Amino acid sequence: MCLGVPGKVISIDGMVATVDFWGVWKPVRLDVVDVDVRPGDYVLNHVGFAIRRIPPEEIGETLALFEAILEQAPAGDLLAAEVRHDMGRPEDDEADR
Amino acid sequence: MTSRRDEQVGQLKFRDPAQARRLTEALAERFAALNRSELWIMHVCGSHEQAIARFGLRAVLPAGLRVVMGPGCPVCVTDMPEVDEAVVLARQGVHIATFGDMLRVPGTVCSLADAQAEGARVHVVYGAVEAVDLARCTAGEVVFFATGFETTAVATAAVLRGALPANFSVLSAHKYVPPAMEIVARVPGTRVAGFLAAGHAATITGWGIFEPFAARHGLPVVVAGFEPLDILAGLVRLIELIGAGEATVANMYPRCVTREGNRAAQAQLWEVFRTTGGQWRGIADIPDGNLRLREAYADVDARRRFTIDLASLSDTPMPALAKDCICGRIMTGLATPVECALFGRECLPETPIGACMVSSEGTCRIWHHYGGGPA
Ligand code: SF4
Ligand code: SF4
Repeated sequence: MCLGVPGKVISIDGMVATVDFWGVWKPVRLDVVDVDVRPGDYVLNHVGFAIRRIPPEEIGETLALFEAILEQAPAGDLLAAEVRHDMGRPEDDEADR
Repeated sequence: MTSRRDEQVGQLKFRDPAQARRLTEALAERFAALNRSELWIMHVCGSHEQAIARFGLRAVLPAGLRVVMGPGCPVCVTDMPEVDEAVVLARQGVHIATFGDMLRVPGTVCSLADAQAEGARVHVVYGAVEAVDLARCTAGEVVFFATGFETTAVATAAVLRGALPANFSVLSAHKYVPPAMEIVARVPGTRVAGFLAAGHAATITGWGIFEPFAARHGLPVVVAGFEPLDILAGLVRLIELIGAGEATVANMYPRCVTREGNRAAQAQLWEVFRTTGGQWRGIADIPDGNLRLREAYADVDARRRFTIDLASLSDTPMPALAKDCICGRIMTGLATPVECALFGRECLPETPIGACMVSSEGTCRIWHHYGGGPA
């Protein structure tokens, strides 16, 4: 019951959003979330309530944190460089699609 | 469905195998630099345990690095008398609505599932909203037996603040995690050198709440998410802090957790609930570890609405086997399930002796499901 699952908001009717969880659509209440939620946003859902709108720029921030960890990898590690390249540019993926 | 799932998670990029490998290497490096043969890290979240087990992360940890689960499952820490209260109500003819995991948690005399088999009306719901829906289409009294940590309690609070049918009330067994971490951090004999904090609970409370804790106990805390890379990165950061001797807090889950947390949710939580002391099953009496309804919500507090006479149950002795259950030691990081004589023998998911074998996020259940598992 404690699993917080991220899903994408499809539509909103008053305090209830319809959220897509990997193909399964479920109603999610918006009373608890502290910011405005709009269709297209990702929300973290917990027992039927959105507890957080996941700002896309902060997904990038998390990835940057991982990158910072890998940055300290031993010099000359080509794999690390390659991974850094992969990790640092989530927006490129958007363009690719 | 799987492909859509992969697509979306791929978008979030938190399961990438190449990155996971790099993080694993980084972890091994940092751990080697510590020069310690053994190090214990504790997480306090059933969802972390599930992710760790499901993605097989223990298999890629450096030898000597042990990640143990603390009191991270509200099902596991629900105390027997709390189950008893629900059982007594169910036997009185009240409809009990609760999370599926709660049905088989043993009480002093029996579980809710046992009561159901005797004819009591026990219903499984996904959350407080469904419990209210049930009350709307039920003639008798419906009591929501509410378990879960602050994250779940927020949902209960939101529901209680709304319009409710007259036949609905709540039996709160909600628990509040930070005070439990205080207790576990100073359990005699503990080897835990740092905490991985629960990202979801921190979404509500904010990561700032752990700062005084870290300073007081000299233990670093890292807030981590639930994808494999989140957990690996969280562990790397934790090892870094341990290596640097820094008893501070790091937030590796910024996409969900801020320093202050979700203020709107906190306001709702504390409007409806207050903390009280009380037992966490098998662990200890934890001051401020329980969430109970405030006076203003007395009308919908099942403990006030009904006379719950536990005396009718209390002279029944604890089942003999239950005395050997070491859940408490497991949840404080002092033992692992394989050290329990009952694990996988008398105690099985179908016939749980202790609560940790019941819930899908209980340590014993997870270890049983995923084939034991290295500590
Ligand atoms: S088992 Fe249920 S209650 Fe326990 S942590 Fe898990 S999800 Fe939450
Ligand atoms: S195996 Fe069963 S009896 Fe042993 S600690 Fe786990 S839940 Fe308790």
